[in-house]
Amino acid sequence: MPDNALGIAAFSALMALVATLLALPPGVVLGWLFAHKSFPGRSVLETAAMLPLVMPPVATGLILLRLLGRRSPIGQALDAAGLEVIFTWKAVVIAMAVMSVPIVLLTAKAGFQQVNPRFEQMAATLGAGPVRIFLTVSLPLAGRSVLAAAFLGFARALGEFGATIMIAGGIPGETETLSVAIYRLTEVGREDDAMGLMLLSLLLAFGASFASNHVLRRQKT
Amino acid sequence: MIDLAFDIRFQQGQFTLEVADRSRVNVLGLFGPSGAGKTTLLEAIAGIRKPSRGEIVLGDTTLFSADKGIHVAPRDRRIGYVPQDALLFPHMSVRGNLLFGATSSALDLQTVAGMLEIAPLLSRRVQGLSGGERQRIALGRALMTHPALLLMDEPLAAVDRERRERILPYLLRIRGELQVPLVYVTHDAEELSQIADRVLVIGDGRVLRAGAPAEVIDRR
Repeated sequence: MPDNALGIAAFSALMALVATLLALPPGVVLGWLFAHKSFPGRSVLETAAMLPLVMPPVATGLILLRLLGRRSPIGQALDAAGLEVIFTWKAVVIAMAVMSVPIVLLTAKAGFQQVNPRFEQMAATLGAGPVRIFLTVSLPLAGRSVLAAAFLGFARALGEFGATIMIAGGIPGETETLSVAIYRLTEVGREDDAMGLMLLSLLLAFGASFASNHVLRRQKT
Repeated sequence: MIDLAFDIRFQQGQFTLEVADRSRVNVLGLFGPSGAGKTTLLEAIAGIRKPSRGEIVLGDTTLFSADKGIHVAPRDRRIGYVPQDALLFPHMSVRGNLLFGATSSALDLQTVAGMLEIAPLLSRRVQGLSGGERQRIALGRALMTHPALLLMDEPLAAVDRERRERILPYLLRIRGELQVPLVYVTHDAEELSQIADRVLVIGDGRVLRAGAPAEVIDRR
């Protein structure tokens, strides 16, 4: 195992945590919308939200690179604001968050579909608007699914490779995550070190996945 | 007093509800067998279901008009709804349920809890409550919104006869003391004769008879 293995694992876990926090609001809100609401353009929006799950991650990374690069309007705006994103830890977080949104969305949507829509109707007759219904009725009733979605989103973020390498590179000590480090060490023939990182990666992913399953199992009982 | 007028058509699969009436009474009873369309009518008045055509007018307010493109959202109707299964929010305490829709102009919590004799339950979770307790809490929750009209869907169906005798007086107090008009659904003729001023007998999605309880129920 490389000397800085724990540092790489801690960096990856921290980035995945921040990415999960970023992925949760859009993933959960879209999951709620797609579970219960009908509106024009819903199918197109739902398909678009799922794209990071089905597209090659490097292609998603390329899109992000074009969107956030210095030649794009967003990149220029970030540059003007003094915010450097590409090839920094912020790019790692963005890549992880974008790749996590679909898995968060799917898990949260399944949870919201299990909530009896009559509770929402009842809340409406009691004077609650859509935002209040979401925050005080739907979200608490789907709480375990949303928590499970967060664990799965974290696990997905932790495993991110393709998009990360495109927009964050794999700069040792700066943007190198577990996945990227495993690839780099294998490429230079340090397979034992790579195996050590693989074990750390396995432990983190197993923990997140186990927590997600545990939360969902308790919901069913 | 209710001034409720409706003339609506609602279609779902093979079932068609086509009903019309105008009532100016304190308690309007809806009477008929299961599947007749009573709950569908209540949900249309509450705004939960949207009729395919027609009009619903409460007092001076048009709640629904297909021709004029009006569909007032349930949250803006000021109509309390107590469904048959109470539908208490399972993640909240009794107090949380009661306060969910409370408005500043509404009755205060202690008054409602006292009147419905649910004050000792306020801090309890809703799980484990009896059918009668759940109905009284659902009733209190609706009253806390200061409704202009209260819709009650077979509120006593889930309780035994002994408890029914105990809950019915609460409903009469709502009618008498709080002056909240009711639309009351049941298929118990005795209940209706005690509470309703006017009854619509509904069958197969249509109003079969309308009038005072003694008149329409005697003709069954």
